[in-house]
Amino acid sequence: MKEIFVLAEHRRGELRDVTFEMLTKGRELSQKKNLDLTAVLLGYNVKEFAKKLADQAKRILIVDDARLENFNSEAYQKVLSHLISERKPSLTLIGHTAFGVDLAPSLATELNVPLATDCIDVDFEGEKLVVVRQVYGGKVNVKASLRASESYIVTLRPATFEVQEVEPLGGETIEVPSPLKEDIPYKRFIEYFEPPAGEVDITAADILVSVGRGVKDAENMPIVEKLAKALGGVVSCSRPIVDKGWLPSDRQVGTSGKTVKPKLYLAVGISGAFQHVSGMKNSDLIIAVNKDPKAPIFRAADYGVVEDLFKVVPVLTNKILEEKTSGS
Amino acid sequence: MFDINEWDDYALEEAVLLKEKLGGTVTAITVGPEEADTTLRKCLARGADKAIRLSDKAFEGSDAYVTAKILHKAIKDLPFDLILAGTQAGDDGYAQVSVVLAELLGIPHATMVKKVEPKEGFVRVNRELEGGLQEVVEVKLPALLAVQTGINEPRYVSIMGIRKAKEKELKVLGLGDLGLKEEEVGESGSWITVEKMFIPPVEKEAEILTGGLDEIAAKIVETLKARGLI
Repeated sequence: MKEIFVLAEHRRGELRDVTFEMLTKGRELSQKKNLDLTAVLLGYNVKEFAKKLADQAKRILIVDDARLENFNSEAYQKVLSHLISERKPSLTLIGHTAFGVDLAPSLATELNVPLATDCIDVDFEGEKLVVVRQVYGGKVNVKASLRASESYIVTLRPATFEVQEVEPLGGETIEVPSPLKEDIPYKRFIEYFEPPAGEVDITAADILVSVGRGVKDAENMPIVEKLAKALGGVVSCSRPIVDKGWLPSDRQVGTSGKTVKPKLYLAVGISGAFQHVSGMKNSDLIIAVNKDPKAPIFRAADYGVVEDLFKVVPVLTNKILEEKTSGS
Repeated sequence: MFDINEWDDYALEEAVLLKEKLGGTVTAITVGPEEADTTLRKCLARGADKAIRLSDKAFEGSDAYVTAKILHKAIKDLPFDLILAGTQAGDDGYAQVSVVLAELLGIPHATMVKKVEPKEGFVRVNRELEGGLQEVVEVKLPALLAVQTGINEPRYVSIMGIRKAKEKELKVLGLGDLGLKEEEVGESGSWITVEKMFIPPVEKEAEILTGGLDEIAAKIVETLKARGLI
């Protein structure tokens, strides 16, 4: 029987959430198309992971090899191209993560299998595979179809598919002998590196005033700092502020930064790209200020102000200070 | 609007920094219509030595895969040690062109690159992973590195740079020059075809606070007070 492959992603001894999200989507598609759902697990001493995957998949293919201990696109590609060529799955799902981005395009090219990346939905329409992707920073969605093929590769955006409790499938584990015959000559994993932590831990703050590209210039940062101070909060930010060096990287909220859940998240001049929103969407109260009414941040916020931040923020800061003096 | 993609801006800067440190030349290459010359001139003004624009009516409708195929034809016979690219484009965000290109060229690659250290015969790079973590990997040369934003500080264009750029070579190559056939490019050569575009369905929408600035500020203060946040 034909299969759907889901590539299990793990790092430093833990399966990553995206694995279970893909298995949820994979199960839906496998039921619709009457395909087997197969988790593909590459690693070293990863049998424990197989147990965790057994409930979610019909079978688990394990390739256990010391050269697969840490993710390495070169080694992973060799093993996966072997497995896909042998078993010809109808679809292979890979996370659109730092690992998936490094792996999927070269794998698809080697196999000459059509690839769609960073998808927020995927479905079979008859024999055709269709996907939904986001463009222009999440303002527009695109429905696209892939060139007809017996096999496809799709990378799925993390934190998009809700993991559902399911009837355990009691998946059977199959150990596949490693197809890696020789050393991996071109690419070598050396180590993980954690940038040193700063003085402020934004994940511990109750109130975050978060600043984005809309602040325009380093000279304008005090406007936002004053608001944070008035609220007794801490300043965090979106990616462009760190890229420009206006705040250290430990203040960054989002996929490549921190995930936060404060009592108040006040987003100032942040458009709300998916990567940012996934790091703050579970905050208790979200208020966003942005002059673009179409900014995706307004789909994550509870309250929105469509206004120039340079006008709103000083007025708001004064109002809060007034309130605090009169209230005490 | 036609401007350099933000990620590519950092890639060009990284290339120029490496040239300043190690010598060599930098060639800026893009696939795009005539308007893209402005971008290439900017690259030349900021330190690239040559520029090539790949352009043909037949390229219209190409997806990321075809874009990589076109680049491959232009680059495969050029001598190079390193290809620098952006990890993704700001508009369609496929994050795919550079890695497909590396595979077509048969060279190793690394994406999401935040730091590049050139060594003898290889580069040591830091890749950005999720949650603030990075990984250090070594990649043998020649290689392709797709950089992340924030890897450096892209320089401003100087008047002198603009003047010099005018004398530098900007070559334009089309379908025939690259030895490509019409059916290999555009929509017919693509992996993926756009069927329709639509506004994302609204799952949640913020309550928009209206009125004058004072009124808006007062409403926010009320909300915060009600939640015991002030």
